Amino acid sequence: MTRPSTRDLEALARRTRLRIIDNSHRTHTPHLASCLSCVDILVAVYFATLHIDPRRPTDPDRDRFILSKGHGAPALFQILAARGFYPEADLESYGKDGGVFAEHPPTPGHLPGIEAATGSLGHGLPIGLGMALAGRIAGRHYNVVALLSDGECNEGSVWEAAMLAAAQKVERLAVVVDFNKWQATGRSQEVMALDPLADKWRAFGWSAVEVDGHDIGRLVELLSKVPNGSGRPVAIIAHTVKGKGVSFMEDDNNWHYRTPTADEVKKAAQELDLA
Amino acid sequence: MRNEFAATITALGAEDPRVVLLSGDIGNKLFDTFKEVADTRFFNCGVAEANMMGVAAGMALSGLRPVVYTITPFTTTRCLEQIRVDACYHEAPVVIVGTGSGLSYAELGPTHHSLEDMAILRSLPGMTVLAPCDATEVRLGLRAAIAHEGPVYMRIGKKGEPAIHTSPPDFRIGRSITVRSGTDVCLLNAGTMMPVTLAAADLLATKGLSVRVESFHTIKPLDTDLLVEAFAKYKIVGTVEEHSLIGGLYGAVAEWRSAHAGKGAELVGSGTGDAFMHEVGSQDYARARYGLTADEIAGRILARLGAA
Ligand SMILES: Cc1ncc(C[n+]2csc(CCOP(=O)(O)OP(=O)(O)O)c2C)c(N)n1
Repeated sequence: MTRPSTRDLEALARRTRLRIIDNSHRTHTPHLASCLSCVDILVAVYFATLHIDPRRPTDPDRDRFILSKGHGAPALFQILAARGFYPEADLESYGKDGGVFAEHPPTPGHLPGIEAATGSLGHGLPIGLGMALAGRIAGRHYNVVALLSDGECNEGSVWEAAMLAAAQKVERLAVVVDFNKWQATGRSQEVMALDPLADKWRAFGWSAVEVDGHDIGRLVELLSKVPNGSGRPVAIIAHTVKGKGVSFMEDDNNWHYRTPTADEVKKAAQELDLA
Repeated sequence: MRNEFAATITALGAEDPRVVLLSGDIGNKLFDTFKEVADTRFFNCGVAEANMMGVAAGMALSGLRPVVYTITPFTTTRCLEQIRVDACYHEAPVVIVGTGSGLSYAELGPTHHSLEDMAILRSLPGMTVLAPCDATEVRLGLRAAIAHEGPVYMRIGKKGEPAIHTSPPDFRIGRSITVRSGTDVCLLNAGTMMPVTLAAADLLATKGLSVRVESFHTIKPLDTDLLVEAFAKYKIVGTVEEHSLIGGLYGAVAEWRSAHAGKGAELVGSGTGDAFMHEVGSQDYARARYGLTADEIAGRILARLGAA
């Protein structure tokens, strides 16, 4: 696949946002703000960074991506369809009894493109580290990228994996933290004193950079440089806005739970220039 | 059940200065009034359940009565080592509450299902395991748990479960509550399945069977007086639970029965099978997938009666 222009990627991100919003309305799926927060990251990862071929989702040399913040699945499901892992029409079964599309990613065998079933926070990085180590043992050169939420960085298991990855100098491993400053019931800084987050990753032996998590061009630039020559795993602390893209959802944590009305979907479409 | 938990813990927080509430970054706004009545005794411990459980044990060992609250898998299996060592081994009176238990959060997938929690926690020395069937039992069960000298685990549903008790029953840990009397079949229900269990009893009644229904809210310690009576008097004892057949109410009763051989009644279990559910859907859909409908529960009992 030739790499699309940043402008194309931005347009794709806007379309994806509207699809997620519309789906949340139709199927009453929560975690809308959590999804909007990480759309730009997912676009940068799936459309301009990962070496993947949707026709060969189990190619042993493929790059791996794990949505460790599993409650962002409604965003991932749209992205995987747009990237061609399954037809977009499959998403019509969203939320229906007996389907696979709901609130968290299923296991890999149940949906192409999924590398691990997540939803319990704090699991994705250890699993990703295991995959990266397996690649090293097999002499393969694939990267593993895990997307974590800031609230997820509360979990000890995240930091246990961080230390082992640093000790093992696993340079084909990258973490992106969707740092939107909110978790489920409060500001992440107030609940667990997360700041300074980039320094924490550095102190744990990672090569850490901070970035505007809605700047797709810059995200692509950083993600394309894994490994980055430092001999360390890479942590990208992406400063984001929860609910990004729709003024009345931005930085309002009620949208962690709420689903939009038809009218709100319309307003969102106007704001996204897709009315 | 969730709202009743919030109301009761708020009342307890106001009454008893030992009561502390720890929540794992869930229950948005649910505990606002608790924070008003006991602002120094509420802790949002974040998404860090292992730590939360250890902290609770430390508080309990310091004379407090901590209540740990989050989604069931995260307050049980996620921090099992802390429950086992810090709470149970130390005999620390920590009250562990799992919300959205069983298949209450069916649409969130297996990471949020809890079909093994009773089996696992029941095996821990000193642990008490409660599964209230409605909001009234949540209220009475939580009060009993706080008064109990030792760790207690209580699994509750979500919100909007129908009320079963019209007036407050005499709730005691280890003492089952009779919801309906009958003479042919005795159904023991643990927790959130009660409306389905009652519907199964209705179906059996249409076949001419007189069915007793018990809210068997304590899975450990077992109400052995009731078991002695039920296995002596009835043709069938049936268990119903939103939990695996391995090690939950059915497992506990089967263990007891095998040690008390020759006690009459057949035992018929209704619970979930030994498999994760890979399809998603509503709670009713998930229950049906696991054979937990009134029809199937009644059918299982009838089939065994026919065979007996
Ligand atoms: C181990 C575990 N504990 C608790 C939860 C419940 N839960 C779901 S999302 C969430 C926090 C959401 O905040 P954050 O992780 O920062 O993600 P955001 O939605 O802000 O992107 C919590 C506590 C969970 N899924 N897993």
